[in-house]
Amino acid sequence: MDPLALVVSGALAVIALALAWPVPVVFARADWPTHAPARALLLWQAIALAGGLSMIGALVALGLGLVGLHPVWGGVAYGAALGFALHLLGHLAATVVSVARQRRRHHALLELLSSPHPTRARTRVLDDGAPVAYCLPHGIGSLTVLSRGLLESLGPAELAAVIAHERAHVEQRHDLLLVAFRAWRSALPWFPIAARAEQEVTVLVELLADDRARREAPDAVLARAILAVAERRPDAREAPDPSRRASERVRRLVPETRAH
Amino acid sequence: MASLGQLERTVMDALWESEAPLTAYDVIDRITATDERRPAATTVLTVLTRLERKGFVASDRSVRPHHYRPLASRADHMAELMHEVLGDADDRRAVLERFVGGVSPDDAATLRRLLTAEG
Repeated sequence: MDPLALVVSGALAVIALALAWPVPVVFARADWPTHAPARALLLWQAIALAGGLSMIGALVALGLGLVGLHPVWGGVAYGAALGFALHLLGHLAATVVSVARQRRRHHALLELLSSPHPTRARTRVLDDGAPVAYCLPHGIGSLTVLSRGLLESLGPAELAAVIAHERAHVEQRHDLLLVAFRAWRSALPWFPIAARAEQEVTVLVELLADDRARREAPDAVLARAILAVAERRPDAREAPDPSRRASERVRRLVPETRAH
Repeated sequence: MASLGQLERTVMDALWESEAPLTAYDVIDRITATDERRPAATTVLTVLTRLERKGFVASDRSVRPHHYRPLASRADHMAELMHEVLGDADDRRAVLERFVGGVSPDDAATLRRLLTAEG
């Protein structure tokens, strides 16, 4: 038995537990991420990565500590470490493949059903009355899609803000983050923090993209664009984002609350 | 020269507009009437094969020349696309990033107040 390995294992287990529960709960309730979404995204990645690695590390160290004393239990700990690592990597691979397949299909549909924007590169126009704007990450061929309804309901300034927002998603590769956190959640469906992390990351990338749009357009213009799209949704009954952070997106644009 | 993607769209539109299955030559006749340039038969056959591989077109190879028909209507595909865009399925969030998803009534009211205040 190696006492040092057992101490290390215990310390890593404490870190893993802290990262699995109290740390993310406190973090998700904090206000500062609304104003510093880039830092918050980095912290979520660090929590997820460090949480997974310390969990695996704790099991490996446990195996190391036990293997001299009790080879069978040592082997079980090693096996659990390997199994957990493979479980996480397997879900990551499956999510990457499934998302890529859906994007390929969506891309093919867009090629048939939308037309190229007359002046903007990598932008397609969808002949639909609902005002929608989105980007479809697709390796180097990412597309921004605008609907006819959107072009009709927004002025040039609002449209520029929407496009800056979508371009930020593409350029900052937010799709990689969303896929990674989606995979983490699908690997740990019984773990509420994984779902919480995915929700937070989904909103934080919107805040980040908004920040980019706010550099190119006044807050009121972005607010007008958000309202125009939100109000003319064909299925307005869609549930708002469950995260409290989603409201922050709107509140950030309102002067009184922005002051503090 | 039209890009392959553009040609795919034109060919698919011709198939959607036609009541009956079309051969590659029928397709060329129809898309040339509206588009002047007459694409080569091999090009159109390549496009049809690509569309078939992507699951948009089915071919009847028991007759010569082969006949091609769309697997679903334009409206069906449009519905599929919009469902994916507007749908609230969890998967959607990872596949594409939409400008605005749901905004709660409270938040919409906040925005409206802001915009009236700023006139």
